[in-house]
Amino acid sequence: MRLISLVPSDTRVNFVGFRKLAGIVSLILCVASVGLFFVKGLNYGIDFRGGILMEVRTPEAANLSELRAKLGGLGLGEVQLQEFGKNTDVLIRIERQAGDEKAQQAAVETAKKAIGDGVEYRRTEFVGPKVGGELIEAGITAVLAAMAAMLVYIWFRFEWQFGVGAVIALIHDVVLTIGIFSLLGLEFNLSTVAAILTIAGYSINDTVVVFDRVRENLRKYKQMPLPDLLNLSTNDTLSRTLLTSLTTLIALVALYLVGGEVIRGFSFAMIWGVLVGTYSSIFIAAPLLIYMNLRRTGLIVGEDDDAEAETPAR
Amino acid sequence: MVHFPKWKTALVLLVTLFGLAFAAPNLLSEKTAGSLPGWLPSQKINLGLDLQGGSHLLLEVDVKSVIKDRLESTVDALRNEFRSADPQIGYQGLGTKGDCVGFAVRNADDLARARQIVRKVMQNSEIETQGSQINACFNEVGIRDAESSAVQQSIEIVRRRIDETGTREPTIQRQGRDRILVQLPGVKDPERIKQILGKTAKMTFHLVDATNSVAQSCGPGQRPPSGSICLPSDERESAGSPGGQEVMYLVKRRAMLSGDSLVDSQATFQEGRPVVSFRFDAVGARRFGDVTRANVKQLFAIVLDNKVISAPRIQEPILGGSGIISGNFTVQTAQDLALLLRAGALPAPLTVLEERTVGAELGADSIAAGEFASILAVMLVIVFMGAAYGLFGLMADVALILNIVLITALLSLLQATLTLPGIAGIVLTIGMAVDANVLIFERIREEQKNGRTPISAVDSGYQRALTTIVDANITTFIAAVLLFQFGSGPVKGFAVTLAIGLLTSMFTAIMVTRFMVVTWLIRTKPKKLPL
Repeated sequence: MRLISLVPSDTRVNFVGFRKLAGIVSLILCVASVGLFFVKGLNYGIDFRGGILMEVRTPEAANLSELRAKLGGLGLGEVQLQEFGKNTDVLIRIERQAGDEKAQQAAVETAKKAIGDGVEYRRTEFVGPKVGGELIEAGITAVLAAMAAMLVYIWFRFEWQFGVGAVIALIHDVVLTIGIFSLLGLEFNLSTVAAILTIAGYSINDTVVVFDRVRENLRKYKQMPLPDLLNLSTNDTLSRTLLTSLTTLIALVALYLVGGEVIRGFSFAMIWGVLVGTYSSIFIAAPLLIYMNLRRTGLIVGEDDDAEAETPAR
Repeated sequence: MVHFPKWKTALVLLVTLFGLAFAAPNLLSEKTAGSLPGWLPSQKINLGLDLQGGSHLLLEVDVKSVIKDRLESTVDALRNEFRSADPQIGYQGLGTKGDCVGFAVRNADDLARARQIVRKVMQNSEIETQGSQINACFNEVGIRDAESSAVQQSIEIVRRRIDETGTREPTIQRQGRDRILVQLPGVKDPERIKQILGKTAKMTFHLVDATNSVAQSCGPGQRPPSGSICLPSDERESAGSPGGQEVMYLVKRRAMLSGDSLVDSQATFQEGRPVVSFRFDAVGARRFGDVTRANVKQLFAIVLDNKVISAPRIQEPILGGSGIISGNFTVQTAQDLALLLRAGALPAPLTVLEERTVGAELGADSIAAGEFASILAVMLVIVFMGAAYGLFGLMADVALILNIVLITALLSLLQATLTLPGIAGIVLTIGMAVDANVLIFERIREEQKNGRTPISAVDSGYQRALTTIVDANITTFIAAVLLFQFGSGPVKGFAVTLAIGLLTSMFTAIMVTRFMVVTWLIRTKPKKLPL
């Protein structure tokens, strides 16, 4: 049986040669993302902004304009309606009400009364102003703490240059993810933060595999110039990088297509993250090592310890 | 050279067996799983509210009002103590200020005695003396203590009230300093429960102040005479029209009795209208009898949460200890009031900070979609791995399936909650689980290309890939742990499945596929690996 081979084993792409181009492209994309974030902002879901979300199913195809008319006249502020997956399902978002938690509560009741009894309430969520603020804080803390913890771990396992390279690639991925959410106006909620953290984990995972090979090759080929060595390492691991990205993408696309409307945003973020993460570990993380004055002496001195550590202790 | 120790073989078989045993109940119906003999595992995966449908409410206890209540009762206690001290202690300006109680002693000689009394009455406080002025403030311990007991007590009352509504298996737990998380599986419309929880249900009985008129005391800019307070009621001035002003009542500030001494309350009918009956305990009944005897022909107000619900005239002394409240009730409100009185009063008002309610239909749809996505993902990955690595790919596929069995088994065993993002975590794991195998196979491929024999290529392939696998997985694991730490509800569920998936996928890649590869090597002794 002939096996599919994504990457011929003698592939020698000069990835490092693309570093300037990749750097410029990534820089432009990152600046654009940050710009979008500040100018256009994110479409925050109720998790962060507070407010009310209801998913209703009507017996027949939903009449959005009629519903809009019913809800618009209630004085609840901005009411967004959106078809959700099926033409009988409607997602209703009502902005956070002025005042405290009780005001939100009252708005839920008012809206339900206006919509009437003929529909099935599939989901009702409301987040008061107090919790919304805390969730933002917890989300940011989680992302920052994850980055710091990974930096420390990689620093501990490799040289600091590797840690910095990995974290820059990671920030790149996170920034681009926020950028695309802003660009497409996708809802940014708690599960998006979960997706970003997972992307962070995935991106680092990918980078670590490449770095591991760089470390190994640094010991093996003591005279090879660094750019060549980085190219060799990236090419060595290319087949694995692409294969794993592909199986992960296969699973995520399945989730995106048939996993249901509720987690579509989450799967989209993950798909994007895998694409960007794969790109960044090849074109950003490894080439960055060139600019960081990676000294081989440190690695060679530590070689004996590492060699021992590599022999399984079983 | 190729060696797979016996104990590892045993471990692989044992874990597989364990996995199958603990995952199996999930395939059975509720009834069959329940009828299994006791020694067999019968726990199923615990579904989160977003999958089984239900309501999640995050409540906040108004601890500020608890502290205020405590301070006020401290003031009462001090007043009594000073009066009953021998000789009496003269004081002035006794009252609460912020988190503190303050007063001045009239006679400086009493300072030490007064301090002593304060220390006794108000534990966990800092006492400051300035001239004849004494200020006592709760310290951190005192405040924490007040909060804690208020939250504990609230949880108890919340539980009783929810139990009274007939909700199955609610989860009620403290969260953080002043919050209560309530999870109500199967509840479709939590409005009634929110209404029931939204009432403090502090009931008191006051005599109506008949010597002063409401019109002269309770209007805008007027002040009620000392010893009396103005309270609103449900009644409207022009009965029937909703626009009318609330009827105000002028009642004595001191309550004759409180709802604490109620032992039972039921909704019944009197002359065809819904009313609420109540019964006092022995002490309460005696007191009720005394008060009604002394105040026949007077009006007395039944006050709930600072609102007069009814103000009947006392026709004759009520000695039996039971009575009837006939307010402006519907059947539902009468039942709710009876429920609230039976369950007892909350120590402080509760506010709903967050609500997430998912209908059972949406939950079922989510499960179906999640299952479909998982199966589709597994099949696609299986085909892909077979195409990419042939026989080795098939071994990785077996490991992948075992991996899913193990995740299911661990979720059932740990009774971790599976949420919709949790299913996403499993699907993601399906994609990423093969990573460890991919790393190993690629490495073996490379080693073979470098001229090693199959056996030595397999050996060094596993050895060299191991550090990479561990490094790569630990970083993702870190992300999962932090997600668990900072996430809430569904996101936590995602972190759990992600972390479990990482562990099981490492086990299956390092142990299970290796077991299969080595067994195959020993059996067939191939000249070349089909990679």
